[in-house]
Amino acid sequence: MEFKTIVGLEIHSELKTKSKIFCGCTTEFGGEVNTQCCPVCLGLPGSLPVVNKKVIDFAIKTGLSFNCDIARYSKMDRKNYFYPDLVKAYQISQYDLPLCSNGGIEIEKADGTKKEIRLIRIHIEEDTGKSLHGLEDVSLLDYNRSGVGLVEIVTQPDISTSEEAVLFLDELKATLEYLEVSDVKMEQGSLRCDVNVNVVSLDGTLKSNISEIKNLNSFKAVQKAIEFETIRHTELLKKGENTKKDTRRWDSENNTTLFMRDKQHVQDYRYFPEPDIVDFEISEEWIQDIKDNLPELPKARKNRFMSEYGIPAYDANVLVRDKKLANYFEEICKGFKDAKLVSNWIMTELLRRMNLEEVTLEELKFSVEDLIVLFTQLSESKISNGSAKKVFREMFEEGKKPLDIIEEKGMAQISDDSFIEGLVNEVLVANPEAIEDIKNGKDRAIGFLVGQVMKKSRGKANPQMVSELIKKKC
Amino acid sequence: MALTVKDVEHVAKLSRLSFSDDEKADFIEKLNSVVDYIEQLGEVDVEGVKPTYNVLDIKNVFREDKVEKSFDRKDIIANAPSAEGGCFKVPKVVK
Repeated sequence: MEFKTIVGLEIHSELKTKSKIFCGCTTEFGGEVNTQCCPVCLGLPGSLPVVNKKVIDFAIKTGLSFNCDIARYSKMDRKNYFYPDLVKAYQISQYDLPLCSNGGIEIEKADGTKKEIRLIRIHIEEDTGKSLHGLEDVSLLDYNRSGVGLVEIVTQPDISTSEEAVLFLDELKATLEYLEVSDVKMEQGSLRCDVNVNVVSLDGTLKSNISEIKNLNSFKAVQKAIEFETIRHTELLKKGENTKKDTRRWDSENNTTLFMRDKQHVQDYRYFPEPDIVDFEISEEWIQDIKDNLPELPKARKNRFMSEYGIPAYDANVLVRDKKLANYFEEICKGFKDAKLVSNWIMTELLRRMNLEEVTLEELKFSVEDLIVLFTQLSESKISNGSAKKVFREMFEEGKKPLDIIEEKGMAQISDDSFIEGLVNEVLVANPEAIEDIKNGKDRAIGFLVGQVMKKSRGKANPQMVSELIKKKC
Repeated sequence: MALTVKDVEHVAKLSRLSFSDDEKADFIEKLNSVVDYIEQLGEVDVEGVKPTYNVLDIKNVFREDKVEKSFDRKDIIANAPSAEGGCFKVPKVVK
């Protein structure tokens, strides 16, 4: 029996406001434990929350980018549950009148097909504190994160594979980054994803109960958890059993999911309108103002890169995924016209080395101007491609200027006619059998002779000139 | 609608509380009287009446996104029954 996987995602994204959603405590990441707290975010009696307007702006901005309907009337609600990372024993969230509803995100799969993943809603809420586990029989609580503004983005169960889930998250992450509403750092928890997954037989007769997987802190974990759960659900159904409707957590060390708790039913949260916060009326002007100030989003930028710089779709896609990288590309292109050469170098040499040395764009030791100088030397054949890579490596590691490196290592390519001709003649005299091969149509021998000349010149001869000269002489 | 011991146990579980059988019996009685009282509202005809989310006739009370000074940590954890390393200390929640 064949089964298909059904996946819906819930994404929590911490908003990049300076202060928390209901109080003036800072949202900065990584502060000393419990130093970014006050009576409001600790839920002490007598304190009153007041909504940070920017949180609403950011949520509307996000909703507009995903073609959501923006609510003209909205409110906050209390979600009641008992867990130590929640100080008040309730979370201020939104229930039946979220700020944004419907909308969707289009993904493009590896085979070029497109698919719309519909959204159910985007609502705002406060983040919880953090429990520091790992101790014998106690948990330690840090409430610096408690009360940081979040958007929760909920999809329809439109996702059918782990690949689609990752593509969706990638697009979502890039868009939030372009909107500058979130830092979207999964490793710091500013972007978190819960996966709801079950499987159903193609004839519709068998269906597993939904498992919710939490604690997924990388795209890889999301992908693996979906794959793991697909197998777990399918095998249980095949044995005539079923999954329990539960909440599980991803164990990245053992690549498995573990039971966490039974899933609470929505009525168990006993939602009711938050009496401490008055309702929101969102005017048409408010929405229009945000709409008028939306930045260029990844998809539009990709299309512009293709038409403006003439680079292929693949390159454009890699570059626009990361807003800073795309900005970097455009900076270089201002001073250097061969955009394809720039994108090639960024995608191969630059990204490879950045990943290898775990360096960010801000930490690069050379400037955009240095890179333009290097590319110009290369495109004017003043250095060979191999030398350019070596120069780049030194720029990257030592921060030296490209022209200094070329000079120091004597890498300047020699395009002097008489010098090259001299070397070619020497090589031809020493290799009569290769000349014979070329005359018999064995073109590979040309490469061999060019190689010999390059060796004699210690890599400095202009290989194109050498090759042309050899062809002429044979 | 009369509540049963199951309902009491369910609500207790959600509240992370446990009760003896005597206490549960006591709660059934008390909760039932609360529910009965509230059920009187069912007699009101609300056909065509919009839900009241908030009794105050004001909307859109916001603050600007400005950072203000947080409290000193010693004051923050002053009322904690148990603390360690600047953190609130509670019984372990995840196995």
